[in-house]
Amino acid sequence: MENNWYTISVYSENNVGLLNRISGIFLKRHINIEALNVSKSEINSVSKFTIVVNTTEQWVINIVGQIEKQVEVIKAYYHCDDDIIYQESALFKIKSDLLFDEREIQNIIKENNSQIVTVARDFFVLSKSGKRDEINKMHDQLEPYGIMQFVRSGRIAVSKAEMRISSLLEEFQHN
Amino acid sequence: METVKEKKTTSKNKKTIKISGAEAIIHCLLAEGVDLIYGYPGGAIMPVYDELYKFQDKLTHILTRHEQGATHAAQGYARVSGKVGVAMATSGPGATNLVTGLADAQIDSTPMVCITGQVPRHLLGTDAFQETDIIGISTPVTKWNYQVTKAEEIPEILAKAFYIARSGRPGPVLVDITKNAQFEEFDFSYEACVGVRSYNPFPKIDTAKVEAAAALINSAKKPLIVFGQGVILGKAEKELKAVIEKTGVPAAWTILGVAALDSEHPLNVGMVGMHGNYAPNVLTNECDVLIAIGMRFDDRVTGNLDSYAKQAKIIHFDIDPAEINKNVPTDVAVLGNAKDSLEALLPLLNDNKHTNWHNKFKDMYQVEYDTVIKKDIKPTKEKLTMGEVIEQVNLASQNSAVIVSDVGQHQMIACRYAKFNQTKSNITSGGLGTMGFALPAAIGAKMGAMDREVVAVIGDGGYQMTIQELGVIFQHNVPVKIIVLNNDHLGMVRQWQELFFDKRYASTVMVNPDFVKIAEGYHIKSKRVSERSELKSTIEEMLASKDPYFLEVKVEKEDNVFPMIPSGASVSDVRLK
Repeated sequence: MENNWYTISVYSENNVGLLNRISGIFLKRHINIEALNVSKSEINSVSKFTIVVNTTEQWVINIVGQIEKQVEVIKAYYHCDDDIIYQESALFKIKSDLLFDEREIQNIIKENNSQIVTVARDFFVLSKSGKRDEINKMHDQLEPYGIMQFVRSGRIAVSKAEMRISSLLEEFQHN
Repeated sequence: METVKEKKTTSKNKKTIKISGAEAIIHCLLAEGVDLIYGYPGGAIMPVYDELYKFQDKLTHILTRHEQGATHAAQGYARVSGKVGVAMATSGPGATNLVTGLADAQIDSTPMVCITGQVPRHLLGTDAFQETDIIGISTPVTKWNYQVTKAEEIPEILAKAFYIARSGRPGPVLVDITKNAQFEEFDFSYEACVGVRSYNPFPKIDTAKVEAAAALINSAKKPLIVFGQGVILGKAEKELKAVIEKTGVPAAWTILGVAALDSEHPLNVGMVGMHGNYAPNVLTNECDVLIAIGMRFDDRVTGNLDSYAKQAKIIHFDIDPAEINKNVPTDVAVLGNAKDSLEALLPLLNDNKHTNWHNKFKDMYQVEYDTVIKKDIKPTKEKLTMGEVIEQVNLASQNSAVIVSDVGQHQMIACRYAKFNQTKSNITSGGLGTMGFALPAAIGAKMGAMDREVVAVIGDGGYQMTIQELGVIFQHNVPVKIIVLNNDHLGMVRQWQELFFDKRYASTVMVNPDFVKIAEGYHIKSKRVSERSELKSTIEEMLASKDPYFLEVKVEKEDNVFPMIPSGASVSDVRLK
């Protein structure tokens, strides 16, 4: 079975220590977490983990089973890239001079639908949201001019199919 | 002694009492029906021990000689009684000493609640004296854990802990309680936990899946049942027997499933796995339908997965969704408690006999008997064998003893040859293989079933890992019977060295102390046997004793346990010699 990119969505209670339990499941199997994001979800007091891994489908099924087994996890899903709408965000910190001296920089900003977050005396900051290869492309374009700092967020994703968390929670409460 | 009634106050609509966190812990334990706990005091848990002093008429605390002993004793207690075992320790080294027992309970699905003291909240994260991150350390080896830092949290968290430990697929839970939370006073009230929003321990039985399973079983020509501890945990022994007897399907067991079915039942075809019986191992690769009930296809059971039951349709009954398709892909998976699933299955099954198929098991048993079993339990050579010792225990106890075995050759021999006529009778460390398990687990088992004979079967290696727990037997006069099968070796490792490492016996020879003198030092009646002529009468004397009894049996030094599936080989490649 070949490796592929999978995005795992985990709906859980918002409790201290759960991240440790979930990351331990990957650690035990020597699977590297490529991206991780934890945020509030569409349901009040329910958190959502979005985890990106490169592994086989057999392993990802197994991992999702082990994640769901955790007491505080409501439900976990895995998705291929085609099943989700996903994005990452990046910030680029660049020397201020370049914004005025290098015309090409302004073209790069425009071409990539990037936004200027702030301009200070010594530097300015660009933000870019999109798929990883879009961010990579912008990074490659800016790199020759010098990037003072670069940071990229974990993936965030919503699934094309419905994830029935509210009805699941209701079912749990009636059991 | 101050009583709860004297302190009662009313807050809003709930009846509450103002007490310390430490006292609240005791009330929570009592409310959960706990009357016995194992543990070891220390600085960060002292407020709770101080309260225990007040409650000693209601809650017995057994001072083990090491915290690991407390966890194994709690496990033994839980496994025979079906209740939640409780162990307590202080912070730092006390807490870390619980880890082996937690890991053992986690992999063998034993319900256990461990309570640890922790440094005061304001010192957390400062590397304070005896501070360890026990929540971080115990996370991979607990079903759930939680750090309490305020007294008010204690009732809710302990209620949740017991609920999680015993419900669904049981497991160990650790609650770490800071010292300030033990001292703080608050308005106490207790409500048992009846559910946790994100946790669904009772999957509903899918009728369509049960029907599909029944159809497969009814159409099978050569079906084989393999049952595990899930049957015992799900209290499904009666239902299992009914299914077997109606369908005539031969039933084999995993090491933790054994006592769920009477050893003498005609359809009981023995143990599967590395040192299991010949017939069920080989015929796993001949059956057309394999019905797994409350077992998890452990690698010690399946051998090489690439050649495991490839010809068979697989039906898997299990309560834990994560076990379905984890190791072996299934054709029909029925999720749920074994009792409910088998109850639903039974009326859909056809009466059958499978006589020819069953005769194959009998024929292969005869081959195993002639090659292995006979020389193990009725040896003609001079030196005593482990098998004949177990056989004498069967005879003297009439198959009714609880056998608690440690880990190694003697464990495999005990599981192969011990006979059981009651459920919850085989207590051993199955998944983790923890040497040192048996002595404290036997103490717990005896305390969990005082009316039953409890016999610990231990090797000379494992015995010395927790030998200090003889102190508990002596102090509390726990009438367990201890048999050390002494071959002056770490026998199982030595066997592997002989078979797979060119007989290079690296660090497996043991120069042992005088075990009888050690037991006598603890004032435990003791005997050593090295002659066959003394074996029967000594075991009878031991089982007739109302007091604890230690028996050392000097056995053949270089015996091997067969059959054996070499690591990574197929179940059908099981070796008889």
